[in-house]
Amino acid sequence: MATLDSIAISRQQLDGDKMIVNFGPSHPTTHGTLHIVMELEGEIITKATPQIGYLHRGVEKLGENLTYNQFVPLTDRLNYCSSIMNNVGYALAVEKLLGIQDPPRSRVIRVLVSELARVADHIICLGINAVDLGAFTAFLYLFRQRETVYDLFEMSAGQRLHTSFTRVGGLFRDLPEGFYPLCERFLVECPEAIDELEKLLTKNPIWHDRTKGVGAMSAADAVSWGYTGPCLRACGLGHDLRVAQPYLDYDQYDFDIPVGTTGDVFDRYLVRVEEMRQCLRIIRQALDKLKELGPGPVIVDDYKIALPPKEKVYTRMESLIHHFKLIMHGMEMPVGEVYSATEAANGELGYYIVSDGGKNPYRIHVRPPCLPIFNSFDSKVRGRLIADAVSELGAMNVIAGELDR
Amino acid sequence: MAEMDLNDAVMTTRLDAVVNWARKNSLWPMPFGTACCAIEFMSVMASKYDLSRFGAEAMRFSPRQSDMMLVLGTVTNKMAPVLRTIYAQMAEPKWVISVGVCASSGGMYRTYATLQGIDRVVPVDVYVPGCPPRPESMIYGVMKLQEKIEKESLSMRKDHIRRFYESMDRQRGIERDKGLTEQQAVREMVLDAADHNLATIY
Amino acid sequence: MILERIDEQLPGALLDRHDFRGDVTAVVAKDRYLETVDLAFKEGFQQLMDLTAVDWPERDLDGRLVRFDVVLHLLNLATQARLRLKVRLAEHEALPSITGRFHSADWAEREVFDLFGISFDGHPNLSRLLTWEDFPGHALRKDFPLDGGDPFCMADSTAPYTH
Repeated sequence: MATLDSIAISRQQLDGDKMIVNFGPSHPTTHGTLHIVMELEGEIITKATPQIGYLHRGVEKLGENLTYNQFVPLTDRLNYCSSIMNNVGYALAVEKLLGIQDPPRSRVIRVLVSELARVADHIICLGINAVDLGAFTAFLYLFRQRETVYDLFEMSAGQRLHTSFTRVGGLFRDLPEGFYPLCERFLVECPEAIDELEKLLTKNPIWHDRTKGVGAMSAADAVSWGYTGPCLRACGLGHDLRVAQPYLDYDQYDFDIPVGTTGDVFDRYLVRVEEMRQCLRIIRQALDKLKELGPGPVIVDDYKIALPPKEKVYTRMESLIHHFKLIMHGMEMPVGEVYSATEAANGELGYYIVSDGGKNPYRIHVRPPCLPIFNSFDSKVRGRLIADAVSELGAMNVIAGELDR
Repeated sequence: MAEMDLNDAVMTTRLDAVVNWARKNSLWPMPFGTACCAIEFMSVMASKYDLSRFGAEAMRFSPRQSDMMLVLGTVTNKMAPVLRTIYAQMAEPKWVISVGVCASSGGMYRTYATLQGIDRVVPVDVYVPGCPPRPESMIYGVMKLQEKIEKESLSMRKDHIRRFYESMDRQRGIERDKGLTEQQAVREMVLDAADHNLATIY
Repeated sequence: MILERIDEQLPGALLDRHDFRGDVTAVVAKDRYLETVDLAFKEGFQQLMDLTAVDWPERDLDGRLVRFDVVLHLLNLATQARLRLKVRLAEHEALPSITGRFHSADWAEREVFDLFGISFDGHPNLSRLLTWEDFPGHALRKDFPLDGGDPFCMADSTAPYTH
């Protein structure tokens, strides 16, 4: 880059021993477009300056020109490893703005697919973290489970990765019949796969050497840096929005929050593995709840917010008019601002929506969980080796889609 | 005796055919993964849809050691000069597959920050549409590239690659003369080409 | 509650308040910004979740054009209470930086500088974050076009519902 010096060190300070190396933005650790300018003295990092923005697509500005439901596909592509959680978070934010709540069946299904997506996200994080450090087998074993999750998503939403499953007021359709047997099969196969992963890595001395002690941080520092999610819990603070500020009836589910001690890469690995097991517990309870609830609506009844079903649109006049008004003129939104946060796989995913009453949001801002986490990269790897930077970056689970929006 | 034994072991063909056969069956990909399509690419490389059946197992993230650059995901204006540099570093023969709609045309991101298709800045051989494309689509894209390679001829001039290197020289000239960063230089070249009704800057 | 505490200790610091949909929000006077944030920190709001801005290009307050709203979201981990603080700024006004208090303000303030052009005094490295160094303009301002001047974007054809 033309002005590398201005962000690294000045010419006078550049003595013969220091070397400036670009780690990225195109690099093998498949994390996408992260760029870190490292000042090295031999193999020791003396300063690491992350440069972001290589995937800044202008989502927030685009959101100002789209209606509330049209923004849903854009939310998919924020944290693309667990797209449904972004959809759910956004739908909750708009429903908070409107002051409505989705029907009970939709709440349970949202919890179910969110937890499936959380398992999928942790699979990618752990798989890629292992691949970076040379352990390719873990990735292959885990991805088999991710394929099952893809099959489940494809069955319910029509798309493997970017589901756009939620609408304002609920979901766009109910889960199909074939979902339940496949989900039951997943609940049997996934714990076995997680056991295999643990057999490969948890007691592995090479894994311990590469990950123990790397990137440790105290809980107080983590709070100051804005950490949330597994990275904060690994530092010893058991803060999880599902328990602390429950949404979608999470207080009615029985699950535990794994908490680490030192916050290093190994702790984060253990926290994520245990979280996957807890997700499977929640999915089991959600499936049972769905059976208990029986069939029911999955979107609110209010046709000023949700589209009426097609049979009504074709046979009744008022439904036709509601459909027309919703598509052409958008929903009637109150004037105001809301901030709504959910516990996404990486931490607190927040949506700040400012509405001026029009059909498009006036301002929509996404609070990505990994922005503050990546911000602290320098303080974590200073004085350590380049190899530690690789394990640290993998364990932070920085997804460029939500980092740069 | 020696002549009768050799008859089964010797085959005659054209040089083009055998070179193209070797090239198409050993395409070493360089995944230029930026966004969600890279996740689908991970699925392609995993065991269910296996790309190594096509000779593409050796994923070399170094442009110097690969033949085929797969651009996976949105390329923003900030990333465009990086893409050009990586493409310039690849040794010939080289091909580019643009995977996903973001790389092919900008996708749903019609904004100030997104490059509306990588074919504006690098030559592209195959486009694979989809958001993200299913792994089968990506494999089909690689197969289409193999068909394209089959039809190449060794004496064919790679005009687009020569023009690409000329555009890299022009880009460096603009950076030097106007004192711009590489992103702003590429951005100006792109907008300039649009003003002159040209689709590409090379 | 936190707003009562702020009123007790710093009378006159809060210009306006509401709690639409349960979000406790207060508008802080620009010259009382640092002390209000400090007081909130001492009262337990020790995590800065987010710092962003909203552009109201034609907002007129008492004859002045006050275009920007800088918005902070704070979380109290002990009581799980949230607080939103807003500061109104005119176009070339700057706010003091709170990176000394919250490390997470570092990139959040840089992002606001990049996308809105609001400066933060005392920030260790106030440079662009998401766009490139010599990007012309500030992207999220309402007068910046969505396509940034690129005719290939055909922005008009994909946003048929713009006002």
